[in-house]
Amino acid sequence: MRIFHIFFGILLLLPIFGHTQDRWFTKSGRIRFDATAANSPKEIVGNHSSVVCVVDKKTGALQFSALIKGFQFKVALMEEHFNENYMESDKFPKAEFRGTILDNTTVNYGKDGTYPVRVKGSMTIHGVTKEVASEGQLVVGGGRLIARSSFPVVLADYAIGVPRLVADKISTTSKVSVDCSLEPLKQ
Amino acid sequence: MHIVHVILLGLLAIATPTFSQQTEDLLSLVDKDGQPKKEFVKSAFKSSRVINGHSMEFLSPGLMDFRILHRFGLINQGYSNFFGLDVASMRMGFDFGITRNLMLGVGRSTFRKELDGFVKYAPIQQSTGGGSPVTVALVAGMTINTVPRANPTLKNNFSSRLGYYYQAIVGRKFSEAFTLQLAPTLVHTNLVPLAAQSNDVVALGVGGRFKVSKRIALTWDYHHLFNGILEGQNTHPLSLGMDVETGGHVFQLHISNAVGMNERAFVTETTGKWTNADLRFGFNLSRVFQLFKRTGKAEAW
Repeated sequence: MRIFHIFFGILLLLPIFGHTQDRWFTKSGRIRFDATAANSPKEIVGNHSSVVCVVDKKTGALQFSALIKGFQFKVALMEEHFNENYMESDKFPKAEFRGTILDNTTVNYGKDGTYPVRVKGSMTIHGVTKEVASEGQLVVGGGRLIARSSFPVVLADYAIGVPRLVADKISTTSKVSVDCSLEPLKQ
Repeated sequence: MHIVHVILLGLLAIATPTFSQQTEDLLSLVDKDGQPKKEFVKSAFKSSRVINGHSMEFLSPGLMDFRILHRFGLINQGYSNFFGLDVASMRMGFDFGITRNLMLGVGRSTFRKELDGFVKYAPIQQSTGGGSPVTVALVAGMTINTVPRANPTLKNNFSSRLGYYYQAIVGRKFSEAFTLQLAPTLVHTNLVPLAAQSNDVVALGVGGRFKVSKRIALTWDYHHLFNGILEGQNTHPLSLGMDVETGGHVFQLHISNAVGMNERAFVTETTGKWTNADLRFGFNLSRVFQLFKRTGKAEAW
């Protein structure tokens, strides 16, 4: 009987050791959004290049986090207004996504290739959390794992108000693209 | 013995990643929020001026601020002058942001046909995460009166047209809504019109703002003169205003007893008294242009 106990004991510990190789991460992921209205004379685009992203291959858990102040604009005033008037980044410093890769089992992390995936989870922007789902890609190759997706974000869903005065410049829906190149997380 | 196995199996099930990690915070593994990052406090004021005086706020590098300022006539003149709007004094100016804590500007006012220029530098800027609780900004400016000589037959020195001002602004953005600053100021005028007037005037500026919404703020700008007040000649300038931000523009609307729009003029030559309702309506219009591309920012990918 003792041998069974030891066997179970080992099984219990296995997942703890197993985690280390399963988790991939980056601190320099990229997010770009484009909220330019159809006839806007100005391009309203923000770029972020220090997005934190972690993927757990085994469970398919996928999480993103981006500091709002990390979005950079070509026009300084636009960046100021983005933080001050729209995102209120002092009050809501981060945007986050916590979810899972629904078809994680179809992704062969051991074989190079591009795998289309569906992702579902909760997105928090401007202090508002919403359940969202989107399609994306996982690219395995060169010792890295690349996670890509693009999806629309309706500003009103996250209580981001656009005054009528600038309604012809800022679109009510922002196009968001994510591109993160992950490496193994060593703990 | 069976019960032990059941417990062990149960524990195994709990420990299996599929169950344990659905809600696990993976981000905390890499995104450690231990030390808060040092970050300069921005947007203490909507504009680089409170109303008349300089504010603790700086223009971002590469920006040009085109400023058009108007001060109308006395409101208490009534309908014959359309409450002062028939009379206007103006200043047109260009300010430039050089670095995050250095800016300079030039302007020309109709009042005394005065040219002015200044340099503003902040050796200390308020920041979060263990930085300074206040911003300290130093301003040095010069004014040139270009009114034609009253008596061209006399020997007139160019230096008699000049004035200087020096200011140390100590300000703090206490909250998202509330900012307060103190600004000890020294104004030197090379030639004053009356012998009884002082060439050097020392004043303390008290400026602040209270944000009432994301785009509207109430502002006040007072300069208390410690010397240089001649009864019946001049007084302390006080302005109460409202900042309205509309995209690329900031409108600063206000009521004031001052007519001058540079430090020399409004500190030493404010004549109207609030107690006599000698007030004027005025506005500053600020339009910001991005002169230089921001390097390394927002490149496409």
